[in-house]
Amino acid sequence: MMIILFRLPVGKIESRRLLVNPPVRMLKSNLMTMREIDVIAAEKAVAGLCQKANFELGADVIKALQDSLGKEQSAIGREVLKSLLDNADKSLNKRVPLCQDCGAAVVFVEIGQDVHITGGNLSDAIERGVKKGYSEGYLRKSMVSRPFSERVNTGDNTPPVIHYDIVPGDHLRIVVMPKGGGAENTSRVSMLSPGDGEQGIIDVVEETVRGAGGAPCPPLIVGIGIGGTLEKAAIMAKKALMRPVGQPGPDPELVILEEKILNRLNCLGIGPLGMGGSSTALAVHILAFPCHMASLPVAVNLQCHSARHAEVVL
Amino acid sequence: MGKICVSSPFSEEAVLELKAGDSLLISGSILVARDAAHRRLVELLAKGHDLPVNLTGQTLYYMGPSPARPGAVIGACGPTTSRRMDRYTVPLLEQGLKVMIGKGERSADIKRAIIKHQSVYLVTLGGAGALLGECVKKAETICYPELGAEAIMRLEVEEFPAFVAYDCRGGDLFEQERTKYHHMCKD
Repeated sequence: MMIILFRLPVGKIESRRLLVNPPVRMLKSNLMTMREIDVIAAEKAVAGLCQKANFELGADVIKALQDSLGKEQSAIGREVLKSLLDNADKSLNKRVPLCQDCGAAVVFVEIGQDVHITGGNLSDAIERGVKKGYSEGYLRKSMVSRPFSERVNTGDNTPPVIHYDIVPGDHLRIVVMPKGGGAENTSRVSMLSPGDGEQGIIDVVEETVRGAGGAPCPPLIVGIGIGGTLEKAAIMAKKALMRPVGQPGPDPELVILEEKILNRLNCLGIGPLGMGGSSTALAVHILAFPCHMASLPVAVNLQCHSARHAEVVL
Repeated sequence: MGKICVSSPFSEEAVLELKAGDSLLISGSILVARDAAHRRLVELLAKGHDLPVNLTGQTLYYMGPSPARPGAVIGACGPTTSRRMDRYTVPLLEQGLKVMIGKGERSADIKRAIIKHQSVYLVTLGGAGALLGECVKKAETICYPELGAEAIMRLEVEEFPAFVAYDCRGGDLFEQERTKYHHMCKD
């Protein structure tokens, strides 16, 4: 009788509870090896990155614009490209933003799994950093509170849009990407059928860029996410924009597709700022991911010539 | 490329002479408004009220600047996408608006309205806000200061660069230029 009574409570539920404990104990025993990073460091870094991105066009983008200038067939197109290079110079030297649209602050954070964030909430710290960077840098605040009703400016360009990834290691990598409205508005996600294949992808990108015309401020960097799910494709398209222009991606199949699409886009005639020419896109960057057997998601994130992003590794 | 120096507000004759593709340097006074201010102006007109700013013969630049640093006239001040203003534009043309400055293409309805009202649409350098800021000699908010970067402003500009995109005879810079460089792609 006694044996039966003792056995009854030790059922499946009890054993599940027991399974929770070992990982917690392991974490405690490894705590000494975790690197601590205070949120203040992240806040300061974000404030600096907001300004750096808005005042300093990357060397890769400048080189791409210079290369385009050398190849551009249109006289108006060449004049526009010269002005854009001149603008980058003035922005750097006078600390005036490259573009009055200093963007929504998109922040990508890679957190090493051996990092312990201390001193508060990391997302709050990033938000404080955006507020500080935009106010002290005389950057335009473009965020409005309610998307379809009041649309009152929040006054400090917050909240940022933050994407987190957990990665191996003990570092914290923060990328700030001010994303202007003109190019973002002309971006899209298409849920293709598997049968649409590579040609379907090329057609979607071409239609997106043609339909966008001069509005997204070409010459563009075109970020494409292929596969995954709706949101995975969109995030890949945006992440693809962070790859330095001119640096080939690691996947040979995608490199070929990038070249094919770039060639197609530069045959559209749209040209710098849509005023005609052979420089419609500076680069096409693709990221891909496996997907459901029923799906072929394709996201196209257009990036204007003022391709701003700055990063730090803490 | 030859540049045509023009003064703003534009005279009626000057607007009629402009051709799609002309490269301009504008000096004088221009008004500034973008989405939120357009919405307010059109709502006033819909209620039969007068506008707080006289648009007759004026030049309207679609722009929302970044804040000026201390001692500076203005921050970065490049154009915003014009097609978002399309839904508000016809009532403003009916009020006598003559010249619009922005970036990118506009709807077929707006192209027709530009011909009907003998007005003109210009484009300037998108994403060159720091450069364009140097052309602005004076800037004042004249209406809706509570809208911040979306307030209505008046700027005094010198040699502000722009291209004629749609002229009053239906000429279209985008079509005429792109045709020259659009070709079948060799994959």
